[in-house]
Amino acid sequence: MSTTLDPVQTQAAANGAAGNGVHPAPAYEPNMVLATRAYDVVGTRPVRHDGADKVTGRALYGADKQMAGLLQGFVLRSPHAHAKIVSIDTSKAEALDGVFAVVTADDLPPAKDKIVDVGEGDTRLAYVHGNVLAKGKTLYKGHAVAAVAATNVHVAEQAAKLIDVKYATLGSSMTAPEAMSSGAALLHDDLKTMEYGQPTDKASNVAQHFQWKIGDSDEGFAKADVVVERTFDTATVHQGYIEPHNATALWNNDGRVHIWTSTQGAFVVRDVTATILEIPVSQIKVTPMEIGGGFGGKIPVYLEPVAALLSKKTGRPVKLVMTRADVLEGTGPTPGSHVSVKIGAVNGGKITAMQGNLAYEAGAYPGSFVAPGGMCIFAAYACENVTVDCYDVVVNKPSSAAYRAPGATQAAFAAEQVIDEIAGKLGIDPIDFRLQNAAKEGSRRVDGPKFRRIGCVEVLEAMQRHPHYGAPLAGPNCGRGVAVGFWFNVGLESSCTLSVNSDGTVNLIEGSTDIGGTRTSIAMQAAEVLGIPAEDINPQVVDTDSVGYTSVTGGSRTTFATGWAAHDAAQKIVDEMKVRAAKLLEADAAGVTHEKGVYSAAGKSVSFREIAAQASRTGGPISASATVKPRGVGGSYAGNIVDVAVDPETGKVDILRFTAVQDVGKAVHPSYVEGQMQGGSAQGIGWALNEEYFMGADGGMQNNTLLDYRMPTALDLPMIDTCIVEVANPGHPYGVRGVGEANIVPPPAAIANAIQNAVGRRLQRLPMNPPAVWQAVANGN
Amino acid sequence: MKKTQVQTIVNGRPVEFLCEPRQSLLEVLRDNLSLTGTKEGCNDGNCGACTVEMDGRIVPSCLVLGVEAEGAQIVTIEGIALGSGLHEVQKAFLEGAALQCGVCTPGFIVATKALLEQNPNPTEHEIRFWLANNLCRCTGYDKIVRSVQAAACRLQEEAPA
Amino acid sequence: MHWVDYQRPESLDAALQAFAANAGNAKALAGGTDLLVQMRAGRCASGVLVDIKNIPELNEMSYSPEQGLTLGAAVPCYRIYGDKTVSAAYPALIDAVSIIGGTQIQGRASVGGNLCNAAPSADVVPVLIALGVVCKVTSAGGTREIAAEDFCVAPGKNALAAGELLVSLHFPPPALQSGARYIRFIPRNEMDIAVAGAGVSVTLADGRFSAARVALASVAPTPLFAREAGEALVGRPVHAASIAKAAAAAKAAAKPIDDMRGTAAYRRNLCAVLTRRALEDAVARAGGKL
Repeated sequence: MSTTLDPVQTQAAANGAAGNGVHPAPAYEPNMVLATRAYDVVGTRPVRHDGADKVTGRALYGADKQMAGLLQGFVLRSPHAHAKIVSIDTSKAEALDGVFAVVTADDLPPAKDKIVDVGEGDTRLAYVHGNVLAKGKTLYKGHAVAAVAATNVHVAEQAAKLIDVKYATLGSSMTAPEAMSSGAALLHDDLKTMEYGQPTDKASNVAQHFQWKIGDSDEGFAKADVVVERTFDTATVHQGYIEPHNATALWNNDGRVHIWTSTQGAFVVRDVTATILEIPVSQIKVTPMEIGGGFGGKIPVYLEPVAALLSKKTGRPVKLVMTRADVLEGTGPTPGSHVSVKIGAVNGGKITAMQGNLAYEAGAYPGSFVAPGGMCIFAAYACENVTVDCYDVVVNKPSSAAYRAPGATQAAFAAEQVIDEIAGKLGIDPIDFRLQNAAKEGSRRVDGPKFRRIGCVEVLEAMQRHPHYGAPLAGPNCGRGVAVGFWFNVGLESSCTLSVNSDGTVNLIEGSTDIGGTRTSIAMQAAEVLGIPAEDINPQVVDTDSVGYTSVTGGSRTTFATGWAAHDAAQKIVDEMKVRAAKLLEADAAGVTHEKGVYSAAGKSVSFREIAAQASRTGGPISASATVKPRGVGGSYAGNIVDVAVDPETGKVDILRFTAVQDVGKAVHPSYVEGQMQGGSAQGIGWALNEEYFMGADGGMQNNTLLDYRMPTALDLPMIDTCIVEVANPGHPYGVRGVGEANIVPPPAAIANAIQNAVGRRLQRLPMNPPAVWQAVANGN
Repeated sequence: MKKTQVQTIVNGRPVEFLCEPRQSLLEVLRDNLSLTGTKEGCNDGNCGACTVEMDGRIVPSCLVLGVEAEGAQIVTIEGIALGSGLHEVQKAFLEGAALQCGVCTPGFIVATKALLEQNPNPTEHEIRFWLANNLCRCTGYDKIVRSVQAAACRLQEEAPA
Repeated sequence: MHWVDYQRPESLDAALQAFAANAGNAKALAGGTDLLVQMRAGRCASGVLVDIKNIPELNEMSYSPEQGLTLGAAVPCYRIYGDKTVSAAYPALIDAVSIIGGTQIQGRASVGGNLCNAAPSADVVPVLIALGVVCKVTSAGGTREIAAEDFCVAPGKNALAAGELLVSLHFPPPALQSGARYIRFIPRNEMDIAVAGAGVSVTLADGRFSAARVALASVAPTPLFAREAGEALVGRPVHAASIAKAAAAAKAAAKPIDDMRGTAAYRRNLCAVLTRRALEDAVARAGGKL
């Protein structure tokens, strides 16, 4: 691959001529395209293959599953944050007209002591098990205790209310500092802190404490001219997908189980459900329905084993759909955090030492994503002396789940504010300061690995030269802030099968749930190899019986890895096409060349379409499969420039202008790449300003509706300008890094820096909601 | 505990169904009439995924009882496309990449069509205000708003002078 | 949701009979945007829903410059802001009805329902109080009138006796040189519950305030008529200093609590800010200058 600059592509081309009423139509900064060469399909903007189904209401999501004899269910949840289950009497519920079955944890096979892969990491089976249906104790308000199947959801709900559960309530902890304090009630009697990777005898709510260290930070701080140390807290927030969790299961009379569900990983659902129910994976087929958002939160298994148990008991298919309160109270929020950051630098701007101390709320079971938080917190900087301590702390909140770059946003909120403050103290432009210390190829991350080619510098340069950065501010109480963030992205495993149709189109079979247009970004990579239009590929996401193992849609991996599998399968098709072309051209296969769908030898040529039409005469169907487990994962940096206006009388913060910059490696479908950047930005803005679990004195979430859990509406956001940076990932055929996650990392920090710039107050707690900002402005803290 | 018989018009066709009075119009559309294009996101009127048009006005179908549909004219997402083609709003959403997961999309399209019928040339603020009852968690609304603007342009070009 | 029966009377008499026949167990269903949510959450156990949207008196919307506005209790928000005459005469009413929920909610929700729901945060109630609206209530025993400020008696409780139905709201005709305004504060820009709200009306004469009423949302167990704040203006010059006094009086009248939407101190601050801003706008609407 060469390193010549491509002609720049501008966002304006995609946006059309539509004006922007908030501020004058911006002269869009050209994207920074450093990727390698011009492609015919990759980098274009075809209409997505599943588009018509999704704009007409025909696309079938999990809750849309209907079948003869379908029962509907309802899950009874704990009203207490922490309680011993003394007894459960289901008799009244079972006696209600229309009720077919009730299940509790006693209906599950007892959890074996083993470790299971739950999609984006491993955990103890007992924890997954306990979260599906509480055994002995409930650990948070909303914890599933029992479930009912009935003729309809109203009857099921009424029956659930007739289940008599006797609880003995226990003390509860809602934040990491609370849970770590002496005297805090223990969530798990058998939980002993793992200290530096070694088991200890300490019974505690701290599941793990570990440390990463390079160099000597004490020495580094001693050299520094300026040292800033601050502590930050962030509230628990939810992924907030619009579609509630759902699962429909049929335990067939032959012992086979079929599950239809909206999930980020059908194979994870299959494997975890099989493990919980103690049946072979081959006995379960999972059909991934369309999914109404996930952001990491639809990786865990909640309802599927319960629906399967209810089906087994009733002999009928059973559908479970969560209410919105169930979603907020019973499924994965992302951890609240308590993070201290200390950074030192010398006059002139070189950072000499960085130190971070991160305590994250895992929720009810260990596994808070504090580790990725610790790996990412200083990943934008090359520094020789770094120490990071991480604490994974269980609290009486729902078991936390991945949320878009899990753990990194909380860390960046802390680190990027301290960086901003030091730049201010040194009198250096905040982007210059970051550039001066930016991580590059060869820089060492605190957890060990040396970076390969990364785009941190290019992202900062794109921010610096963006017209937004130099534009005048709108007026009094307005401010501008910047921040950057990092996410690793992952590879994992993917499979893909291509079959050529006689009309020259290609069926593409894959197993990656399509949450945001990945059918198309995967198909485009196959089309590029085959030299045919993206529209000639017919991509389908199929069930676990019908495609090779495919890991979750998560970690920004789908376009990267499943796209790579499609690329490899397409290469095999090209090889076979050459053989067929040789027959048609009466040439030697070794002499056939392929370019853009045309196969040539000895001065003659035949098209892809012609070969496809003749397949039957030249050897039969043409089909190929490929699987990948890529190693060449490329991390992604994102940066924001944000302008805010603060109303000092009310504390309200309005986002006036927002620019999202991200190194994506290669934008396969730029419209959906921009969409990911805009969506991550919007979630980051919500996280920054208003979203939080507001916990009441009873340990329950007070704001368990979409009225009071305040995600941004259309009226709360400006247009979100994007600048795609393409520093090709040398580890991928098209240079793809992945775009799904890094974009959520910088917004809260960038907004905090903008508020500081506007009113001279540094907010150290999320959300920076109106009462908090008003308080800070009024009291000077 | 008797079900109620309801006669209504859905997507231009007379429809009759039996429902329990406690069933929402949303439930009836989905469970009784198999019109599952209308989605449930919150069941309390705050997300807009269940938006339908009722007697010319957009409403959250989760906050309408099925029995209240008696004699009403209901238009759902399934009734927006014209024959086998697509409505301009649907085309604009597709071409403008205004959807990612797509679960909020039916509600946005029904709401947008109603907006453009009563305000053919809305400002960006008017679009955002009208659509504030429709939550989207994927897109950040940028491409939705631009697609509404694009649809408005096209519908105006099409409109007879 | 528990089982309910549904009735759809087409006359006031039939509705009153339905309530009488289901004493204590029937609820009036207008837009349902509060009621159905409460029933699903188990906060309302009524067994019968009486749909009042087909009763002519409850759908009336008639205005004349002499008589003012008669607004049927079931008229949904969109019909109100869709009416140019009503919008011109009562812009403060439009302020409120165009921000109750969002567009879809406004396709269902009614002013009467917002009032009967008696939430401290009800956006429309401060406007009704500020405009001096009188509520017409009827029952088998006859008809009576209740002033808007007396209608809500406790969180979620209104002044209706068993068997009584709110029929309509009567807005006096706007006085010459009068103006009114409703402003609320919410963390988002739409789709939210008021952290605090201020509904005000002023009448100006010869450069002075000749009449003024101020009412507040979300700072007391019911929407609060801050009589002192209005009185602080009467007779004073149309001037920022007068408005500051009224804002201070509104702040002093507020009795807010701490909850997930804001602290008491924050709400008291908002009372002063919102009252001042609403009064400034109301003066402008009245044709006055500060």
